[in-house]
Amino acid sequence: MAWQWFHRLGSPRWFYEKTTPWLPWLATLSIALIVTAAVWGLAFAPADFKQGNSYRIIYIHVPAAFLALAGYYIMAISGAVGLIWKMKLPFMVMKAAAPIGALLTFVSLVTGSIWGKPTWGTWWEWDARITSMLILFFLYLGMIALQQAFTQRDTADKASAVLALVGMVNIPIIYKSVDWWNTLHQPATIKFTSKSSIDPSMLYPLLMMVIGFYLFYALILLLNTRVEILRRENRTQWVNDLISTTNKRA
Amino acid sequence: MRDSTPAVSLFGGFVASFRRDLLIAARHKAELTNPLVFFLIAVTLIPLGVSPEKTVLALLAPGIVWVMALLATLLSLDGLFRSDYDDGSLEQMLISPQSLYFTVMAKVLVHWLVSGLPVTLQAPLLALMLSLPVDGYLPLLASLALGTASMSLIGAVGAALTVSLRKGGLLLSLIVMPLYIPVLIFGASAVQTAVQGGAIGMQLAVLGAFLALAIVLAPIAALGALRISTNG
Amino acid sequence: MTESVTEAAIPLLELRNLGCERDERLLFSGLNVQLFPSDVVQIGGPNGAGKTTLLRALAGISTDYLGQIRYAGQALPEAAWEFSGDSLYLGHLPGIKKALTPAENLEWYKAQSGAAISIKDALAAVGLYGYEDTPCYQLSAGQLRRVALARLHLSRARIWILDEPFTAIDKLGVSQLEALIAQQSAKGGVVILTSHQDLSLPQLRMVNLQDYQPARDKTKNGLGGLSDGDSYHA
Repeated sequence: MAWQWFHRLGSPRWFYEKTTPWLPWLATLSIALIVTAAVWGLAFAPADFKQGNSYRIIYIHVPAAFLALAGYYIMAISGAVGLIWKMKLPFMVMKAAAPIGALLTFVSLVTGSIWGKPTWGTWWEWDARITSMLILFFLYLGMIALQQAFTQRDTADKASAVLALVGMVNIPIIYKSVDWWNTLHQPATIKFTSKSSIDPSMLYPLLMMVIGFYLFYALILLLNTRVEILRRENRTQWVNDLISTTNKRA
Repeated sequence: MRDSTPAVSLFGGFVASFRRDLLIAARHKAELTNPLVFFLIAVTLIPLGVSPEKTVLALLAPGIVWVMALLATLLSLDGLFRSDYDDGSLEQMLISPQSLYFTVMAKVLVHWLVSGLPVTLQAPLLALMLSLPVDGYLPLLASLALGTASMSLIGAVGAALTVSLRKGGLLLSLIVMPLYIPVLIFGASAVQTAVQGGAIGMQLAVLGAFLALAIVLAPIAALGALRISTNG
Repeated sequence: MTESVTEAAIPLLELRNLGCERDERLLFSGLNVQLFPSDVVQIGGPNGAGKTTLLRALAGISTDYLGQIRYAGQALPEAAWEFSGDSLYLGHLPGIKKALTPAENLEWYKAQSGAAISIKDALAAVGLYGYEDTPCYQLSAGQLRRVALARLHLSRARIWILDEPFTAIDKLGVSQLEALIAQQSAKGGVVILTSHQDLSLPQLRMVNLQDYQPARDKTKNGLGGLSDGDSYHA
């Protein structure tokens, strides 16, 4: 009984139809938050004592980094749900999450590099966080590559889910190892986002940005998943009806 | 009434698969030297490409030997399940009444015995060519012994995921290398710290922990991946 | 009296409402087959109908199917271990390592599921007497097939799942294999197989997968699904 409800939750069509009204809300809310936070952070928050105005890149860097990591967990957990309960929808979410996460990791690397130039003087520095981000980027690339490699969709889904889980187990190990490695080679690294010392006037726009990013991530994930649903269910009647009604309106 | 189920113990499947794979490896003796030759040539590239100066080499030696050993192990992984997949033995393994966990363990053990272990034993010779200080040799052996075993196990998961792909080799490297990084960090550090005169108990303990974790978890992930790969 | 009736009423292998999908396409569904001891069933149907998929699901290689497979009254996921000990699957691929000799190959199979006769006898029964210690890469395709078939002699399994077992063997081999299948049936075993050959087994029952295929998709251009969406953009 409960299993049947849960199974219905996994129906792509039900998911597609249920989430259609959510999109405008998510879009407005997330964009509003991001724009507000961006303006607040970039224009109104005070300049940092040590770094001047260049620190402002954290308003993009930190949310991107958070979400890159969270996104991997979302991807891995969707894969696990799909494997355990043999549902199609979680696999579609997993597949949709991979490129978004990879892009976010890339953004976080680039912004981290941009932040590094005025602060450390070089475009690239092998510190613990950037190195961990880079490895996360590799994990995402591996996921995307594996998904593309299989000709049969079922096998692609299940194999990627296994890889995502293996990655998920390894991420804490990798992060801790890189942390330790970094202390060996750079004993006196200044920590740039030790949160205890960040001023509230800088923290609030950052938090708002993080929330805005999360909502925006949810929006893009939903959009991508919906496209994946349409792509996979393209032979079914409801999709074809949808296409013909959209065409009539257009 | 029919006979009772096969009178082979839980461990019996392990022994049978171990013997079979060892026998197959013995029949392909020429292939056994491939990782060793790769290791040798790859290490030779460093003085040629970087610098033959003893001080420079001695500084880089722990890391270089470790990285090249990692690559040598990586390259030999593709064949772990491939021949079984190609001739149908893999599907027979999946439906055999013997425990697949132990069958996978047996295969990985043989793989380590014919690639990881020889590479480990060859490493001191190559370290000599790179002017590694004397203090580093025993730590090199110890760390590589633990590390290559972990790498065989972790790599088995990647091999299982890519076994059904035509050109799985490069993709295999791509997905496995990030997972090797913790092992590399602690392994190379063990040798470096020893060379600098420090104690390496912590690094070896961590490597041992990685190995223990890999022994427990990797065969499970690998056999799940094998089922997925043969289903398609 | 009633006890023996209920005993005989439990099929050794039962397919209940079985269906298989491939690439999101339903190949067949609602397949109900009961196999009692001594039954020999041939699965028929055109290429692509799902015969191999069905056999692989029965063998336990694939777990992606609709419906239920029951072994001796128990559903398969629970009874999987007992089933694997009591069944033998021969697919398209021989499952023989070329680097090893026939004897060494059969040693492994013996360790996996036990043996009814000696390996030497099993190989002699398929006409490979004297070849026990020849590495398999030196054998012809037909001989390699026969090494795989030697498993049928070796195994104690009651259920045989054979996918095109008559490939690559000559006329004599065909009649020998037919005799072997008849023997297995006489012993109370169950054989389920596919073949393009005309078989001369008296107790053979035919199940055609075409009878279980879904009605074709009704689409505009009459094909079963579209690859390009053009015909939908009016």
